[in-house]
Amino acid sequence: MTVSKLQISETYQKWRKIKDQLTRYAVVAGGLGVIVAIVLIFFYLMYVVYPLFIAADAHALYEYELPEKAAGKSLYLTTEEQNEVAVRFTDQGKAVFFATETGKILKIQSVIPEDVKITSFSVGTQSRGNVAYGLSNGNVIIARHKYQITYPDDKRLITPQLKFPLGEQALQIDPQGQAITHVAFRVNDSGTTVVAITADNRVLLTNFFKEDSLFSDDASFERVNVEIDVNAKDIKYILLDKEQRNLYLASSTGRLSMFDVSDKERPLLIQHTELLNIKDTLTSLVFLTGELSLLAGDSTGLVSQWSAVRNVSNHISLQKLRTFKVSDYAVVGIDAEQRRKGFVTVDAKGVVGIYHSTAERELLKAHVTSVQPKLLAMSPRANVFLLEDAQEMIHIWHVENEHPEVSIKSIWQEVWYESYPKPDYIWQSSSSSNDFEPKYSLTPLVFGTLKAAFYAMMIAVPLAIMGAIYTAYFMSSGMRRVVKPSIEIMEALPTVILGFLAGLWLAPFVEENLMAVFSILLTLPVAVLLFAYLWQYIPKDIRLKVPEGTEALVLIPVIFLATYFAMSVSGSLEAMMFNGDLIRWFNTEWGIGYDQRNSLVVGIAMGFAVIPTIFSITEDAIFSVPKHLTVGSLALGATPWQTMTKVVLLTASPGIFSAVMIGLGRAVGETMIVLMATGNTPVMDLSVFQGMRTLSANIAVEMPESEVDSTHYRVLFLAALVLFSFTFIFNTLAEIVRQRLREKYSSL
Amino acid sequence: MIREWFKTGAPWVWLNAAAVSLSLIMVFGLLALIAIRGLGHFWPADVASIAYVEKANEQPITLVGEMVDQQVLKPELAKAAGYTPEQAAAGLTQYLVKIGNRDIGGLDFRWLLGKDIKQTEYPENLMVLERREWGNFYGYLEAIKEEGNVVAQGAQAWVILAERMERTLDIFERIKDIEKGEIGTINYQLERLRLKERKLELEDKLDAQAKQNLASEKAEFEKAYQALQANLADLNQKIRRDSLVAKVANGQEVEISLEKIVLYYRPNAMGLFQKIGHYFAKVGLFLSEEPREANTEGGVFPAIFGTVMMVMIMAVIVTPFGVIAAVYMREYAKQGILTRIIRIAVNNLAGVPSIVYGVFGLGFFVYILGGNIDSLFFPEALPAPTYGTPGMFWASLTLALLTLPVVIVATEEGLSRVPKSIREGSLALGATKAETLWLTVLPMASPAMMTGLILAVARAAGEVAPLMLVGVVKLAPTLPLDGNFPFMHLDRKFMHLGFHIYDVGFQSPNVEAARPLVYATSLLLVMVIISLNLFAVSIRNHLREKYKALEN
Repeated sequence: MTVSKLQISETYQKWRKIKDQLTRYAVVAGGLGVIVAIVLIFFYLMYVVYPLFIAADAHALYEYELPEKAAGKSLYLTTEEQNEVAVRFTDQGKAVFFATETGKILKIQSVIPEDVKITSFSVGTQSRGNVAYGLSNGNVIIARHKYQITYPDDKRLITPQLKFPLGEQALQIDPQGQAITHVAFRVNDSGTTVVAITADNRVLLTNFFKEDSLFSDDASFERVNVEIDVNAKDIKYILLDKEQRNLYLASSTGRLSMFDVSDKERPLLIQHTELLNIKDTLTSLVFLTGELSLLAGDSTGLVSQWSAVRNVSNHISLQKLRTFKVSDYAVVGIDAEQRRKGFVTVDAKGVVGIYHSTAERELLKAHVTSVQPKLLAMSPRANVFLLEDAQEMIHIWHVENEHPEVSIKSIWQEVWYESYPKPDYIWQSSSSSNDFEPKYSLTPLVFGTLKAAFYAMMIAVPLAIMGAIYTAYFMSSGMRRVVKPSIEIMEALPTVILGFLAGLWLAPFVEENLMAVFSILLTLPVAVLLFAYLWQYIPKDIRLKVPEGTEALVLIPVIFLATYFAMSVSGSLEAMMFNGDLIRWFNTEWGIGYDQRNSLVVGIAMGFAVIPTIFSITEDAIFSVPKHLTVGSLALGATPWQTMTKVVLLTASPGIFSAVMIGLGRAVGETMIVLMATGNTPVMDLSVFQGMRTLSANIAVEMPESEVDSTHYRVLFLAALVLFSFTFIFNTLAEIVRQRLREKYSSL
Repeated sequence: MIREWFKTGAPWVWLNAAAVSLSLIMVFGLLALIAIRGLGHFWPADVASIAYVEKANEQPITLVGEMVDQQVLKPELAKAAGYTPEQAAAGLTQYLVKIGNRDIGGLDFRWLLGKDIKQTEYPENLMVLERREWGNFYGYLEAIKEEGNVVAQGAQAWVILAERMERTLDIFERIKDIEKGEIGTINYQLERLRLKERKLELEDKLDAQAKQNLASEKAEFEKAYQALQANLADLNQKIRRDSLVAKVANGQEVEISLEKIVLYYRPNAMGLFQKIGHYFAKVGLFLSEEPREANTEGGVFPAIFGTVMMVMIMAVIVTPFGVIAAVYMREYAKQGILTRIIRIAVNNLAGVPSIVYGVFGLGFFVYILGGNIDSLFFPEALPAPTYGTPGMFWASLTLALLTLPVVIVATEEGLSRVPKSIREGSLALGATKAETLWLTVLPMASPAMMTGLILAVARAAGEVAPLMLVGVVKLAPTLPLDGNFPFMHLDRKFMHLGFHIYDVGFQSPNVEAARPLVYATSLLLVMVIISLNLFAVSIRNHLREKYKALEN
């Protein structure tokens, strides 16, 4: 009977075996899953960050002969938003719209009246699409190319249009009717300014502003005419910024004059500057987007960026922010991107380069044509560039350039931003304006992170380690059973609560009682030592009533008394030594400013959060030092304290090291406390009375608002990666040391 | 002498002891601070009527309010503020008084100088009204009006107020039920119909028949909606019937509609037991009500609900993974370089800043996983995201990842305490490894798993930073669990106690008024977390005792 039973169960046995195997596979998979998880986090962060550092990519799309050559030579070439329609303005005053893909003519329209000759041409702020022709009769006409998008049959149709924002009638600039040889203009809602040089070398500034009539529909123009007193003979470039505030006049030798024309009736010369070395020629001078800085290309292949900078004494001057070595040959053309601080250049040999000014990055170099290039244009979205060469061929290239703003330099080193007096580390990721230069320096954030962690460790390390020494070695075991969990339980306390208390209770308290805080720091150790000294002289029968190992309890009232004493004398001390107000005293005597939510507050609050971590691990390390070591030491006549410092601490020191590392990791990554207990300003200031902005708080504040896959988003991921790496290093170090220690103890 | 003393090492021991004392003082001081401030929030404090000299040489004005705080002005500051040295040296006491009546005076709080307070009394008929907007009202009840006509005056008014308030609160509840419950359901169903239509359209199945079906269903809901609207209009009419007239401190008479009142009481007339009763009633309201006035008043029920639900979903996710990983490390893996790497990985997972988990959760879970889920399963709702946006599920998943190490470490410890002899006995009797695991080892280690789970829950309940990225909002219009199919709405955003503290304490327009509420919320959170931890510790201790017995 038993035999048959065993036979029946054979399939069952098999099933058991299969089950055993399945469990094994499932468990192994699960176990390895942990490694996968940590690796996944790391690689996912890398995956998001990686595109920041790849170079741009470009390839040729189309190439064709210049459309409608009969309309004249091109003066300006550009495309609209979608890159479907391109336009060229010719030296015969024609706007030729053509399909970007094929070169097929879509529309040709004349800008100027029949009977005049064109003597100059200029482009306004590119994103607005305005161009101006200067005419032989002293007039200027401003035209705008616009694109209307409609969706007949659910398909996008882009219709090019030509408008005249100031009317189809040409504006008279020179009353004497001289030909306009150079012109610059800007149109905005508050008015239009035209600067022109006439054939007889006068520089004329004319400002129009529209006056809407109350009683009729037509608008009339108020105008201001001024002649600027400057030698206009050699001037080749005129640039006027879009705020119509700064006017730049440059000769081909690189001599530049800068005028303040914010008061249109009284233009003011700011300075003359030499943009180039002697003997070099200025071959191109354009605005970077935002029109706060100039890009000057020269005959030696250099492009330099210049910006008007206000120095300490409020004096404006033009400064060279940086130089790019673009080529060994002359720079033929520069065009700025319309939405970022990038630009594209082409040299005499037909090599196109794409650069970003803030990041000082060369993103691309591509040989586009072997013929001398003539005109270069970047599309509004900076994803296509057009090049016209001397043989009247148009080359159209596609550009893949998502994140030019970031480079190792722009993240970690000092960068000279537009309009800033000097190079600096600045984190300022967004602004309402389109022309904003993003400032992605992680240095102040890393600085803030380390500063917060430093002050936290200053508070936590001594308290936690000293506490652990006492708890593990001197405290009575009954008390230890209560004290250890009490302190450890604080590890579970949500940091949001610590942050809230730090921000709303501790910060005002410290501000109000700063003197008391400092006097407590001084009084406490003194009071404890004094009490300890006097303790010996207390009659034995009282002393012996307090069991050994409970000194900590006896000290609690002492600490309270000392605190009370310190608080009560601090007022008069402050009055005596610091004119009654320590904070003001610091400010007047030392020039140290006081911020209510400062590093001191963060240090106390975050120190509090870190104490249990360090305490717990240190206590374990000390407690698990083998008993025979300490007993041996005591038997040889060492005092308990000598045993402690010479035997126990030395043996446990790797464990203490790992405790400090883990605590540091926690302090570096803590978010809520710093978010709530500091002002979150990304300043680089070591002062204990100033706040900071940490990597983690920065992520918490900015991440919800950043656009997915934008540069800002990826830089925030980079911040997370940096944070991850910090803690990874600390934790791995701690863990390796701890594993070593474990092996050592097992051999002891 | 002193040098001798230092040589014995005694002073250092004392200093170390002081570090422990200081840590303990900080720990318990912190808890006491939260407890006192948090518990005090609900106590019906007496309301004082203060005669106050606002400008020197003028008749004192009368102010009514609760004394909230007091502080002594530093002599130097007082001198700077233009007080005589004698006055300054004597110390000037300032009182912070909550005067309420924000709709009348504009300010909730006022600092009063102690020396200018001429008289303080506590009239019994001073009434406090907690209102749905504009914060507290302090004043004297004058009359009750029904549709503009006075129905009660004087002492009678207080009695009538009680019964009128009961009626009003009743109607208010009914309105809320209709608005949130029934109309909410109809809106939800209408949205589902819209999505259904869009889905059929995407699948090219939207023929005339389907259209008609949809239209008739829609019409039905519209009809029900109309009926509810009529009902609602009627109730809204009714609730506005009664109002009260009250006199504020400066004698001005104010009429307040009863529908705006949540709670009314006369703290000065209350006895101790009445106050205690009131206290617990307020605690009850705090736990069960929804927040009012940009979260600065009212209860925290949605935040409690969101926290609990998120933590529960997280527990369901984290337990199996954590236990399996621990079993692998203890029972299956050869102790060697691989287990060492896994241990380093686990410890690193534990040490990775929580905000990094949030970043990972947002990028990977929400945008990558969620985005793909949306395009696979919810194309009809696009471009509005369903799972491709922060929500309950992603928050739970992120926190599960965050608390994984806690469960692993605790379970591993439990497994390591199961004596070898038990495993060997089981194997010797012919059980397979899997059977040994299932039938002997895991049941014995289950309290340890429980410990791990509780600790994980405690950790998750207090974590805020990652949640700010993956699903928490300051005010969620709907709970993630309701009566509409499929009942659990894991794609919804939710409220959380920890975030509530951050939001109300730091982002609210009226921090001063909201502060007691933040303390109360903190206390709630601390109590939950500490009791969870104590529970875990006691299970662990119990477990240790048990195995000690086994080993012997």
